[in-house]
Amino acid sequence: MHLNEIISMGGYGLYVWTAYSITLLVFGMNLFTAIREKKRVKKTLRHYFSQTS
Amino acid sequence: MLHWFNQHFISLKAFYATSSALLPWLITAFSLCFAYGLIAGLFFAPADYQQGDGFRIIYVHVPSAFTAMAIYAVMAVSGILTLVFRMKIAAICMSVSASIGAWFTFLALVTGAIWGKPMWGTWWIWDARLTSVLILLFLYFGFIALQSVIPDQQSRDRAGAIMAIVGVINLPIIHYSVIWWNTLHQGPTLSKLAAPSIAPDMLHPLLAMIAAFLFFYAVILLLRMRNQIVLREIKTQWVKEVMSHAS
Amino acid sequence: MLKSLLTITHQEIVMTLRQAYSWITPLLFFVIVVCLFPLALGPDENTLNKVAPGIIWVGALLAIVMSIGNIFRSDAEEGHLDLLLLSAHPLTLLVLCKLISHWITHCLPLIVISPLLGILLHLNIHEESVLVISLLLGTPVFVLLGAIGSALVVGIRSHGLLLPILIMPLYIPVLIFGTGSMIAASANLPLASDFAMMGALVLISLAFAPLLTSAALRIGANQ
Repeated sequence: MHLNEIISMGGYGLYVWTAYSITLLVFGMNLFTAIREKKRVKKTLRHYFSQTS
Repeated sequence: MLHWFNQHFISLKAFYATSSALLPWLITAFSLCFAYGLIAGLFFAPADYQQGDGFRIIYVHVPSAFTAMAIYAVMAVSGILTLVFRMKIAAICMSVSASIGAWFTFLALVTGAIWGKPMWGTWWIWDARLTSVLILLFLYFGFIALQSVIPDQQSRDRAGAIMAIVGVINLPIIHYSVIWWNTLHQGPTLSKLAAPSIAPDMLHPLLAMIAAFLFFYAVILLLRMRNQIVLREIKTQWVKEVMSHAS
Repeated sequence: MLKSLLTITHQEIVMTLRQAYSWITPLLFFVIVVCLFPLALGPDENTLNKVAPGIIWVGALLAIVMSIGNIFRSDAEEGHLDLLLLSAHPLTLLVLCKLISHWITHCLPLIVISPLLGILLHLNIHEESVLVISLLLGTPVFVLLGAIGSALVVGIRSHGLLLPILIMPLYIPVLIFGTGSMIAASANLPLASDFAMMGALVLISLAFAPLLTSAALRIGANQ
């Protein structure tokens, strides 16, 4: 299998690779959201504990 | 039995501990399935005799559609647990699932359109399955919109639960009525996607990808549920201890 | 028990009819929406006849979506809702009474006027009668499902367009079978299956909707 064949995907390359990139993008978005949420929650908690104690 | 569940899953504190033990396994399972599915699906599965290499979109399209529907089922079950047993953990699972589910539904629609373009010659057809998935996306949006405007936590949980239950009663009705509508208006669409049987070389990567998508959902679900758990339990001693350990 | 429920329904109807604004506005809305379509699509008789089922059904759907949001609102604002919740009768039955009276005051006028709109869109007699029957079968489902959504948003201050977003996806099956029966009528095909499906939808929503609506009202009351 040559690199060219893999990229062209028998003429469907544009469609196949777009579909897979969007999938990876959505996965990345979900992961990013979860991690950013965790950071914010931690910040909220730290703030809360510094206020109460 | 119930006691065992309570010790490991139902109480928020226990769930927090269980989930941190589960997460590494889920991440490993996801990585293995995803790596195999991706490589085998893209490079080793034989090209389809009709669709050539274009059919490889199946390995992201079908899993995302399947996961999107599975997540709605999870939401409905959590909705019932929230409403009947007042389970907090189920309510958290339900709200977090909604936004993940909406993403997977969106992904199913987009990959479906990208597949449709070379196969049907158009980005969108009012095919029964595509239409059902579109309506599923609307149901997810409705749920998220409803929860986002209710300020009180308990009301938000229960209102969302009712909405999820209403949605799950309606989904099969919507699905079958859309099939009916489709045949009524256009004559049966000769779907090239409905392969009667599928070669094992093509099937195994597909099953792996479905598993990978479900594991990914589980990972994100647990990560985000843990965030919500500590936020809801902010006033308890155990959260304080966990947080002081972590930092 | 049945007698007092009938009295409640009767009172609801009389009260709504006294406030002409509340039941005439949806009716006018329906008529104007339907009249916009010929102006937008052009006066061609065949085109209008072909799209008439969709226009009338979507018009009726929108009119009901607009009015259903008010079904519990005035009760909530005037404190009647708490009385309903504390009443000796089961909340589910009271909700059912309210829904029946809402259907009579807000949907029946739409159905009565619909043949007139059918004439404007060049429907023949057979199609007109199917239109009326299908609306009679379909609009109760709109009210029943709409009530759930309406009860869910009753406690929320500014829900604006939230209610339509919540309930319109649930209306799709009725829309499909309602317009389907009219398309079948214009093609002189048998109608029994469409009507049977709509009847089934009425029964299913009759079984679930009052229960879920009263559950949703209790949530709002806790707020």
